[in-house]
Amino acid sequence: MVIERSVVDHVARLARLDLSEEERARMGAELSQILAHADRIQALDLDGVEPTSHAVPVVNALRQDEVKPSLEQEESLAGAPAVEAERFRVPRIIEEP
Amino acid sequence: MSGRYETTVGLEIHVELATRSKMFCGCRVAFAGAPNSRVCPVCLGFPGTLPVANEKAVEHTLRIGLALGCDIAEHCLFHRKNYFYPDMPKNYQISQYDSPLCLRGHLDIPSKTGSKSIGITRVHIEEDTGKSQHVGGDGRIASSEYSLEDFNRAGTPLVEIVTEPDIESGEEATTFVTELRALLEALGVSDVRMDEGSLRVDANISVRRAGEIEHGTKVEVKNMNSIRSVGRALAFEEERQRRALDEGSPLVQETRHFDEKSGATSSMRSKEHAFDYRYFPEPDLVPLEPSAHWVADIQKTLPELPPERRQRFVSEYGLTPIDVGVLTASSSTAAWFEDAARAYAGDPKKIVNWIIADLFGLLNVAGIELSACRIAPPQLAALVTMVDAGTISGTQAKVVLAEMFRSGSPPREIVRAKGMEQVSDKGAIEAFIDEAIAENPDVADKVRGGNPGPLGFLVGQVMRKMNGQANPKVVNEILHAKLLS
Ligand SMILES: [Zn+2]
Repeated sequence: MVIERSVVDHVARLARLDLSEEERARMGAELSQILAHADRIQALDLDGVEPTSHAVPVVNALRQDEVKPSLEQEESLAGAPAVEAERFRVPRIIEEP
Repeated sequence: MSGRYETTVGLEIHVELATRSKMFCGCRVAFAGAPNSRVCPVCLGFPGTLPVANEKAVEHTLRIGLALGCDIAEHCLFHRKNYFYPDMPKNYQISQYDSPLCLRGHLDIPSKTGSKSIGITRVHIEEDTGKSQHVGGDGRIASSEYSLEDFNRAGTPLVEIVTEPDIESGEEATTFVTELRALLEALGVSDVRMDEGSLRVDANISVRRAGEIEHGTKVEVKNMNSIRSVGRALAFEEERQRRALDEGSPLVQETRHFDEKSGATSSMRSKEHAFDYRYFPEPDLVPLEPSAHWVADIQKTLPELPPERRQRFVSEYGLTPIDVGVLTASSSTAAWFEDAARAYAGDPKKIVNWIIADLFGLLNVAGIELSACRIAPPQLAALVTMVDAGTISGTQAKVVLAEMFRSGSPPREIVRAKGMEQVSDKGAIEAFIDEAIAENPDVADKVRGGNPGPLGFLVGQVMRKMNGQANPKVVNEILHAKLLS
């Protein structure tokens, strides 16, 4: 499956990524390869195979309950498209019926 | 009326765990504070960051599961619950889906017949969301113009406890939440403040005609912010559904919002919960497999739990089930009572009466919990002992208690400062009695003649002479002995 340029543009917009022309071309090719790989896996007969959630044989990766420094408020809001009253301002969540 | 219908309630309870840091990052967990000041690249969902689970939160969840008699999963997973709502910056919440940490438990609650077992379906770990503020319109989401997000709470460790539909009334739901709250408090896993949202209750309720096999239409009730409002909301909903069945009008499966002021529930827009969460295993978190050794260690450190404590209070102190219910509704109240009762040589029932009848009144007026009270438990024992010894009267003791509550001073000091000590010394009292008799010979003669009526007048005279500090019982006894025998 080949990813069209319009799909790359759309996904980049959804992910709020500002990609250059060159990056868009490369992403199109890479995403196509990934989907092709997924298609090969889809085609396998996996009846009776237990679902695998993780590929590494590791369990219980836990951390101690210790406080680490957070970002300064200014830093945490720096990437927000809009700020009001020290909060992230977001568009209306639910449209009127 | 009620015999014609059966009510079925199941509860979903969210509990914020008492940890220092968040579930998957090191940001501090706290209530309130400057918005967006306790966030980091992990809980803000920046690309390329990795969550790591908080061991203490897992341990707290295991404590809850064990205290509720659950089976602990040998292997469980975290899942991503995807949804498009801006209160989670990642656009998903990490939760547990089809393999929760704890399964199949129960909580025994007091009932009219003694005790009733409410099944626990599951207990799982997840993370809390941020807080939204809807601006414009009437402040509710559907009419607002835009929203503001504070992510300080996003990522706070949260446990969801789901019950079986074993609860049969709003009242029983209230009892369950009270019991669960006391259990969580005893376990030390949460500060269980419903007013600050560290304990949140949602309910599923349906009503059917008695004898019907199929459950009625299930309605979800949200926004119950106190134990009392759980009872009120469910009583309202029970009545609304019964009336609909009576009238033959259709009930819709929906989510309803409880309004504290009106005491009524109203329909939330159905769109708000028509979600497909597209759960899938969280690739950034490896499976959780608590070892038998770890689970056994936690089991060993479980404190005495409210059902056991209730039984012990009845057998050890000879208290009534009602008093025990009041005292054990909160672990700190139960501990306070025990500290006072241990310092007291008399009948513990007296301590209970002082706590329930007097101290609770003072706490209510001040709007504080017993744990925040300035009176140390042994001081209440000292006060009651002074009443028993006749040092002060019961009425005076109430005044002293109020002063202890205000200042935190020991009762002996207050009694001394206020000059309240009663004189019970017979010799001292007798002198004043002789004086009173000598000053009122006519009255004394009437009493001697077999009319005890004016005795009260003489008691009053003695009390006045002694500035009210004589022990009235002793005054009465001596007057009787002198004039009537
Ligand atoms: Zn963080």
